[in-house]
Amino acid sequence: MAWLIRHGWLIAACLFALAFPMLATAVGQDFYISVASRVLIWGLLATSLNLLVGTGGMVSMGHAAFFGFGAYVVGIVALDAPQWSAAPVVLPLAIVATGILAFVIGAICLRTRGVYFIMITLAFAQMLFYIFVSLKGYGGDDGLPLAKRSPLGTLKMADDTVFYYVVLALLALCLVFLARLRDSRFGRVLRGIKDNEVRMESLGYATLRFKLTAFVIAGAMAGLAGALMANQNGFVSPNMLHWDLSGTALVMVILGGLGSLWGGLAGAVVFMVLEEVLTSFTSHWQIILGLILLGVVFFAPKGIAGLFARKAR
Amino acid sequence: MTWILFLEQCLNGLQFGLMLFLLVAGLTLIFGIMDLINLAHGSLYMIGAYLVATFTQATGSFLLAVPLGLAATAVIGMVVEATVLRGLYKRDHLSQVLATFALILIANESTRAIWGLQALTLNVPEALSGSVELLPGLHYSAFRLAIIIVGLLVAAGLYFLVVRTRIGMLVRAGASNRQMATAMGTNIKWLFTAVFGAGAALCALAGAMLSPLLVVQVGMGESILILAFVTVVIGGIGSMRGAFIGALLVGIVDTFGRAFIPPLLRTILPPALADAAGPSLAAISIYLLMVIVLFWKPQGLFPAGS
Repeated sequence: MAWLIRHGWLIAACLFALAFPMLATAVGQDFYISVASRVLIWGLLATSLNLLVGTGGMVSMGHAAFFGFGAYVVGIVALDAPQWSAAPVVLPLAIVATGILAFVIGAICLRTRGVYFIMITLAFAQMLFYIFVSLKGYGGDDGLPLAKRSPLGTLKMADDTVFYYVVLALLALCLVFLARLRDSRFGRVLRGIKDNEVRMESLGYATLRFKLTAFVIAGAMAGLAGALMANQNGFVSPNMLHWDLSGTALVMVILGGLGSLWGGLAGAVVFMVLEEVLTSFTSHWQIILGLILLGVVFFAPKGIAGLFARKAR
Repeated sequence: MTWILFLEQCLNGLQFGLMLFLLVAGLTLIFGIMDLINLAHGSLYMIGAYLVATFTQATGSFLLAVPLGLAATAVIGMVVEATVLRGLYKRDHLSQVLATFALILIANESTRAIWGLQALTLNVPEALSGSVELLPGLHYSAFRLAIIIVGLLVAAGLYFLVVRTRIGMLVRAGASNRQMATAMGTNIKWLFTAVFGAGAALCALAGAMLSPLLVVQVGMGESILILAFVTVVIGGIGSMRGAFIGALLVGIVDTFGRAFIPPLLRTILPPALADAAGPSLAAISIYLLMVIVLFWKPQGLFPAGS
């Protein structure tokens, strides 16, 4: 019973997520099912960034590079190798390819730290952005439309409700994986590095190896998010690699709560819902969003997760 | 003929680099003294450009509009510093990123609300619309030449201010060791408000000088902000000398990349491939420059306090 009360919010949120398509259909707003899928995908992206920033203390402004790259893997496979475009093939492919990219970029970027790390990750993302802009064979500036969603067995992926549950399942898998990772030796070492890297180093941990592993995991997960977003939108474009997107993901993480398992998802949900609600009030909603974000910085420095933690105490 | 082209691109690079320096000078000091990542620095550039364009339309004189726009932007900058940013100095970089990102949203949307969606265009002032023959055969736009002269004058003035005056000494002291400067009796708080106002005015000057060459529109701040941060990092955070050399380096590499990489590639690669790779290689040249610099000097070319 105590467990039920302590996790009341969590259980309510899970039930709501599971029932959402039914609820949306019941009130005749099917449109919101695809919006919800998009929110979950943003949540996955922010969650992967949170591993890097919140748990590992590596502030990256180039996370969009991996998101966009994962999306382009889906787009390019659909165009050049349609026989591989089934989801069980193309999603792992996107994850592995993005992981390799993250390994290469991370190995170079992790030589620097602090503000220099922020800027060098940004530089790599911008380079990738311009490279994809110049790939005329894959649509260049205009992007690349997909004919259909990556097929998954006998599921009707074109149906937004089916796709929503696929995204939800993958997000749940990633969250379970991250929850296990946080409590493992790896997760503890990573948090130790965030708090005091020199001490961890003198304790004999090869800190660079741990940081690089975290960078690769976060990159690969962002690649999965990108691959899902490509499927959701049926469209891939260089904008998915733009630094705007890295910035928005970072804002979601800070808004939701750094280092908290649910922080990324909570931040994404709140950000997207705010956007949706405020747009319906005024076309100048960004002013209000800006003021709310300022309020968060000054009055809730630990994000939404921090608010809940305080109440629980 | 190719020499003419080369010299012309050198001047273009110098012109771009000097304008970049105006932006970076404020950014690097704010970064260096208060350890504040100010993403909204580009917004001041945008606001300055909008204000100067509006004042030009109202008064009919670009020369009159520039000081008005500079003063107004400096006031806006100081008000923002005193109300919002002052609370952020002691906070971590991430809070600063979130807060200044919020400021960007507010600035962009307010600009849209006041000036509308339409981009503003500003004509080159009548007196400077012609071209000047610098060398036999080398005709160069008089306005761009004026930008170079203004940029050089401001850089010289800043050098004098920072290296030769008491205020400059305080600024340098603050940049290399804030705590020690405070302990020695410097009122860092007011010093910083002043530095921020000056930085805002420099942003507005860059916005004003570039506005006849570009279009004045929402979002112009963000595209140049990235370049400004790249420059700060290449030069070394908090160093004026680094900012100056970094800005010229970025200006020249970017201009040369755009002018010379595509034709160069066409001589060694098949035309179709060269046409595809050229522009992107030109666009990534400065990022490549930054990666190379950070690879050899992880603290930038001229780290402050060394």
